[in-house]
Amino acid sequence: MGYYIFKRLLAMIPTMLGVAVLIFILLRVIPGDVVEARYLTQGSAYVSQDLMNIERKKLGLDQPLWKQFTGWMTGLAHLDFGLSMWTGSPITEEIKLRFVLSLQLALMASTIATTLAIPLGILAAFKQDTWVDYAVRVFSIAGLATPSFWLGSLMILAMLIVFHWVPPMVFTPLWVNPWDNLAQLIWPALAVGYRYCAVGTRMMRSTMLEVLREDYIRTARAKGLKMKLILTRHALKNAILPVLTVISTEFAFLLGGLVVTEQVFNLNGLGMLFVEGISHRDYTMIQALVLLVATTFLAVNFVVDIAYGWIDPRIRYR
Amino acid sequence: MALLARLLALAVAALLAFPTLAQAPRYGGELVFPVPSEPPSYDGHREETFGLIHPLAPFYNTLLRVDPNDRSGTKPYPSLAESWTVSPDGKTYTFKIRTGVKFHDGSEMTSKDIKASYDKIIFPPPGVGSTRKGQYAVVESVEAPDATTVVFKLKHPSGSFIASLLSPYNWIYKADIIAKDPHWYETHIMGTGPFIFVEHVKGSHLVGKKNPNYWDKGKPYLDGFRAIFIRDSAAQVAAIRGERAQIQFRGFTPKDRDNLKAALGDKITVQESPWDCILLVAINHKKKPFDDPRVRRALTLALDRYEGSKALSQIAIVKEVAGVQVPGTPYATPPEELAKIPGYWHDIEKSRAEAKRLLKEAGVPDGFSFTFMNRGIPMPYEPLGVWMIDQWRKIGLNVTQRVIEPAAYFGALRRGEHEVAMDFQCGYIVEPDLDMYKFLSSSRNPANYGYYEDPVLDKLYDQQSQATSPDERKKIIKEFESRVLGEQAHYLMTLQWHRIIPHSSRLHGWTITPSHYLNNTLDTVWLSQ
Repeated sequence: MGYYIFKRLLAMIPTMLGVAVLIFILLRVIPGDVVEARYLTQGSAYVSQDLMNIERKKLGLDQPLWKQFTGWMTGLAHLDFGLSMWTGSPITEEIKLRFVLSLQLALMASTIATTLAIPLGILAAFKQDTWVDYAVRVFSIAGLATPSFWLGSLMILAMLIVFHWVPPMVFTPLWVNPWDNLAQLIWPALAVGYRYCAVGTRMMRSTMLEVLREDYIRTARAKGLKMKLILTRHALKNAILPVLTVISTEFAFLLGGLVVTEQVFNLNGLGMLFVEGISHRDYTMIQALVLLVATTFLAVNFVVDIAYGWIDPRIRYR
Repeated sequence: MALLARLLALAVAALLAFPTLAQAPRYGGELVFPVPSEPPSYDGHREETFGLIHPLAPFYNTLLRVDPNDRSGTKPYPSLAESWTVSPDGKTYTFKIRTGVKFHDGSEMTSKDIKASYDKIIFPPPGVGSTRKGQYAVVESVEAPDATTVVFKLKHPSGSFIASLLSPYNWIYKADIIAKDPHWYETHIMGTGPFIFVEHVKGSHLVGKKNPNYWDKGKPYLDGFRAIFIRDSAAQVAAIRGERAQIQFRGFTPKDRDNLKAALGDKITVQESPWDCILLVAINHKKKPFDDPRVRRALTLALDRYEGSKALSQIAIVKEVAGVQVPGTPYATPPEELAKIPGYWHDIEKSRAEAKRLLKEAGVPDGFSFTFMNRGIPMPYEPLGVWMIDQWRKIGLNVTQRVIEPAAYFGALRRGEHEVAMDFQCGYIVEPDLDMYKFLSSSRNPANYGYYEDPVLDKLYDQQSQATSPDERKKIIKEFESRVLGEQAHYLMTLQWHRIIPHSSRLHGWTITPSHYLNNTLDTVWLSQ
């Protein structure tokens, strides 16, 4: 097991390097840079080439690409992500600010989703082709078909029309004021959690149906074992593995991918930072965020792979 | 008795005519307003966005400002300079600087700070970028002969110099700080303004509190303000509608205004004004057949601006039919005069017949195709682009729209790959020098995306800039306008933007202007119960 973990950790290094090279090149290929985004988009006719050259020099954009890349990689080796080209602030500081919100939202949405998805999926499978199954299927298909941001917009509109109230516009950390924190985050968590739950429910239902048709379940039933025990002790353990993969991948996605939902609820999260970074051509910021998201995906996959062995003892690592 | 009754009636009439007089300003309260974008750095001399002005202007003062009650946003008004005089030859401007003004760190502001700030803007040290350096090319030197006097010496007389000092970006910084580190103000906030900086949580909000030692005694009225960065326009509207914010200083769409008014009724007050922003059409003179003025004139003649205004103003932030100056401002050509320029005629059938004749004369075949490059921003680029393509089809042109992502758009314009493209101009103050600079020959202005040389136009520009009599200046501007938009049709104007600010009726002391960069010091703003 120790050797397997070591091997997996080692394999992450070339993956990260590949991501770093790819994002560095891709960013330089797309047209425009941070100086153009800063000065040419505001409608002033007075912006001189001199000013743009001064700013490019200040940001190191006048350097050859190999020099920019090695400078960035040297910084990374010292865990220094550098400064944002747009704001001039340290990138770690900018990300830290947004990470707390994004992490909390991802955790809340995941909690809502898993708490609903697993029991609903089991119930639908167990009561296959009854009204319960149909109701769960309608609920989950509707969730898959409804974009989170649209649901979020409807929620805000409903709150405005019915209660003349909108959620707070500024993030308050949970430990500062739990009420304000939840008043802001519960709505996006519900909007995102619903879609996430729909994916989990569908997956849980189909894997559970498959497992419930296995010989060992039939044997257990024939032995007269209680259905509750069959489901929780025998079926669930085998059915949950694919669900776990889906849930964990969704969780990693939620950390940086909630762009439109964050916009609708005005959340100062990583998704918005990503989009702003791209529209400002803030190379250093996008590079850092891409690496962060890649690391999250790698870490989550790694943890899930390890968890497989713990949940299903038949799985052995070499 | 009759006299008393008459006086009483007069007083009532005055109160009705000027409702703000009916209420004395109330002290206290926090103004909350969404800002659709965020300041990249804190340095007004370096940046170029309202995202900097809206949250940060309350921390600073400028040498002069625009009169906060002037809807045209063009009248000079004292700020750190109490008064000024101009020498008879029009080349020396002497400003008397206010005494008793303190920076937020407690130090005294003097003429030395004003000189240092303007030196940084006009003559920046090596390695320091100044966005507005080019606007002060006329300035030879800035001097501070004593603590309360600042003298600007010009190379030649200028009709626009005072207006250029009204720039809301020209914040007065502390000389000692600039001397030590000219980049200090990029990451720090410290001015003489009515509010003191409290905190900025990046991506979220920025807070200011009342400056108790503000030099303008009795102001500000507010205890503080909170600028909340909200990019999504629906979320901004929701913030106003949910009464979590009182105003958004940039502007909303006609639909947003109607929705807010319908939902909140008297709780919402709407102020509207022509907006000193406009989408222009850059016709690349280096691409055939657009090097022919007849073809360019046909493009402008095809547009029914008056009908377009009626329809588009219902759905987009555009309205007024305009020339090179914002309608209703001192140097704007009156509508009846503007209607004489080709493309502004009221008879659209006559215009289109003339357009077809010109195309035929220029040898452009019927059904001629070209690509119109547009910027990937929905409002108002999209509706205006669709409208123009439809108008051009009516004279037999076949136009394909190519939409480019916003951040890459102006880079594409600078490379000159386009045939015909949407261009954009937005000014911080309505001033012919600023608004007409765009149209100068490309050898003088790299932001001329028509890529033409027109020495006649350049000469007219210089003449109006140096004219000291307003009437003479107006005459030259009309000549300039007629050449750039009609005779040569170097550029096409679409419709002037229209600024709509629906704000809480609790908010007082703020007057809309054509520029969303002005009137953001918040010293005159107050909130009623």
